[in-house]
Amino acid sequence: MTMNQYRLALSDEILLKVEKPARYIGNEVGSVTKEKTKHMIRFAMCFPDVYEIGMSHLGIQILYDMLNRYEDVWCERVYSPWPDLDQIMRREKIPLFALESQEPVRDFDFLGITLQYEMCYTNVLQVLDLAGIPLLAGERTKEHPIVIGGGPCAYNPEPIADFFDLFYIGEGETQYRSLLDLYQANRAEGGSREAFLLKAARLPGIYAPAFYEVSYFEDGRIQKFKPVREDVPERIEKELVTDLSRAVYPEHPVVPYCKVTQDRVVLEIQRGCIRGCRFCQAGQLYRPVRERDVDMLKHYALTMLKNTGHEEISLSSLSSSDYSSLEELVTYLVRVCGEKKINISLPSLRIDAFSLDVMSKVQDVRKSSLTFAPEAGSQRLRNVINKGLTQEDILEGAGAAFEGGWSRVKLYFMLGLPGETPEDIEEIAVLSDRIAALYYDTVPKEKRTGRCQIVVSTSFFVPKPFTPFQWAPQCTKEEFLDRAYMTRSAITRQLNQKSIKYNWHEADASVLEGVLARGDRRVGAVIAKAYEKGCFFDAWGEYFKNELWLESFGECGLDIAFYTTRLRDTEEILPWDFIDCGVSKEYLKREWEKALHGETTGNCRDACQGCGAARYQTGVCMESRPQTDLSREGETS
Amino acid sequence: MKVRIQYARRGVMKFIGHLDMMRYFQKSMRRAEIDIAYSGGFSPHQIMSFAAPLGVGMESFSEYMDIEIVSHQGGSAMREALNAVMAAGVEILSVRALPEGAQNAMASVAAAGYLVSFRKERPDFATAENLRRFYEKEEIPFVKQTKKQEIMINLKPAIYQLSCRGCRSGANVTEPSATSAGDIYMLVNASSSGNIKPLMVMEAFYREYGESLPEFALSVTRTEIYTREQGREDGKLIPLKEAGEEF
Repeated sequence: MTMNQYRLALSDEILLKVEKPARYIGNEVGSVTKEKTKHMIRFAMCFPDVYEIGMSHLGIQILYDMLNRYEDVWCERVYSPWPDLDQIMRREKIPLFALESQEPVRDFDFLGITLQYEMCYTNVLQVLDLAGIPLLAGERTKEHPIVIGGGPCAYNPEPIADFFDLFYIGEGETQYRSLLDLYQANRAEGGSREAFLLKAARLPGIYAPAFYEVSYFEDGRIQKFKPVREDVPERIEKELVTDLSRAVYPEHPVVPYCKVTQDRVVLEIQRGCIRGCRFCQAGQLYRPVRERDVDMLKHYALTMLKNTGHEEISLSSLSSSDYSSLEELVTYLVRVCGEKKINISLPSLRIDAFSLDVMSKVQDVRKSSLTFAPEAGSQRLRNVINKGLTQEDILEGAGAAFEGGWSRVKLYFMLGLPGETPEDIEEIAVLSDRIAALYYDTVPKEKRTGRCQIVVSTSFFVPKPFTPFQWAPQCTKEEFLDRAYMTRSAITRQLNQKSIKYNWHEADASVLEGVLARGDRRVGAVIAKAYEKGCFFDAWGEYFKNELWLESFGECGLDIAFYTTRLRDTEEILPWDFIDCGVSKEYLKREWEKALHGETTGNCRDACQGCGAARYQTGVCMESRPQTDLSREGETS
Repeated sequence: MKVRIQYARRGVMKFIGHLDMMRYFQKSMRRAEIDIAYSGGFSPHQIMSFAAPLGVGMESFSEYMDIEIVSHQGGSAMREALNAVMAAGVEILSVRALPEGAQNAMASVAAAGYLVSFRKERPDFATAENLRRFYEKEEIPFVKQTKKQEIMINLKPAIYQLSCRGCRSGANVTEPSATSAGDIYMLVNASSSGNIKPLMVMEAFYREYGESLPEFALSVTRTEIYTREQGREDGKLIPLKEAGEEF
């Protein structure tokens, strides 16, 4: 045992004053410390939210592990200091530090920031500000780290383009080594910051916003987006791992001391999704679906459980039921985890005989609840969004669950989907009531332990880039709230309303999320202004200050409705059009058309839908399936 | 079989709260593949109990927890297996088997030793002579703030020893030697019935000289946790580990 060789960046007095000092001391089992050397690249990997959220993110664990395998790189972690510490650091001028070395981030070579949701954008500015790095990329010098963004929100990097030197578009496993090699070479020859950025901009998947410019029509739409020099690419294609079974995966994930959101071993069984739900951005960005080999997963499950000592393991994927060796994997896990008293959590599983059987083995039926995500109340609207879950599926699953002893059901819906009518909303209540009625029909009185509990939650639909709904108008705040009230009143009119609980969210944050999701470069000024006025931790209801955001839009002369409620023409240049996310715009247009007509599209295993991802020659695209006539059209666009 | 584990908590680990420390050890048991016993029921938990929670900010040379194990390869093998998976700052010092029917760690706690040091400079009144005079008083009144009310208590019977480092005065245990931090050593009641905190004693000492104890002025390290020999009220104070035997 050796004592931590690094002095803490914060004094005892500060650490004893703030909430949860364990967030700031590092030293966790699995964290990596290295001997510093002259040619080492110091990489700070940041999740711009509080420690407990950031530590729960699998992507960072993968990249942290990968980068630390490189001998010439030391990757450390950085999270947003919670407002209590934020205030102290500003007052006492303590620069933001990385957890492992406790050294200031501003002295690092790279600051990588993962962008998982739009509402963290002001926290990106908080991190830069506390670190002492100029917020605007253009004001940085050779003294400052290269600030690089990645993650799903990097697929529309424009609203935050001003604050980043580079964006990494796509999956992180593939290009970092090349990027770091360029950095080493540039440093060795004494090259400038700009010289490095220029070389980086020519790497696949790397976008350097400074080398591109945008012009606008008078009405605010984009007129032209183009590189300012000839030697950078016009389009940036996403990066993707072609063989996930051979890709790096952590064997020693970092084990936090305090309880974090995802306090368990996370096993990513596959990436991507075969189901083309039209509202879902992840379902498009990670195409094609690629599975990890089941033997690899068994090995990693055991190794990670052993190395972390976690008491729970969770499968991670967008739709676990579609993983082809699920039964083999789960049977194995139930066996080994049972011996070791380890819990298994199985999110995103279709409710059927197999999953109910597994769940009854791994959880306490009386205490757990089942989750369905119909997303829309009526079959008509479910066809519009291409959610392949029918009322029969739900009732059948719920019936089997009630027979198996469950009495709690959670239902997730979205309000404000394109073309939603009052009848669709009414159907949310009717479906919930039917499930409740089914309970009373299925379970005889003597076996009931009181009422069944149906918990209905609605979120507000926010159209996202690279989905068929990227052109769709978003609801106003008032429309959102009207729909929530309609849902509530429809539920109170049901026979079994006492068994149904309804939750909904505030609408202001969804409106802002809509602007940030589909915004252009001009939105950056609003984000900077809002931050200046004191906005951060916008994803946390208690810190979200909508009035300051509204003021900021006003002062920057930008109209929220332009970004949210406007129906976009499919010919319009969208801010993210220069990124090639793997699926073609033609395919998205086709899906948008079909949505408007309420037509569904099969999943990738039913038949290839010609989205364009087949060019990667991997995953489901290599399985033999029927081809649709449209596939050629999709691939050539 | 019941096993008593003695460990030290030093350095940055002092910022880990008691509940997190428990979670840390539960995970450590799995990492070290200790064959620990589990409770029954649908969510089984490890059979593990701690002697006395250690406050956030405090280091300790000697903490204790009891666990129940199903099988083992001997105490020293268990100590090595655990030390191989510890975070920097936590060290397993001893692993001993408890006799059948031994009192559990928490119930058997009678006293604890602490070293108190001044984070900045030592105030003028804090001399060895003044501390001795303070300790020799018949009564040391202290106002204890509870959630509902203030109660006046007498600390004196709960202080078994109080001295400046290097000074020794009549008590039945010897002061721990090697320390870098301690300026004042005290041995106080830590039992469930009459326990007092070291900062209460220091606050009373400051009051005696007309001063109030500033926040963060002192840092406290626990040196050892004691039980009464053979559980008798008049028994000698012995470190908790002595209730167990090597195996």
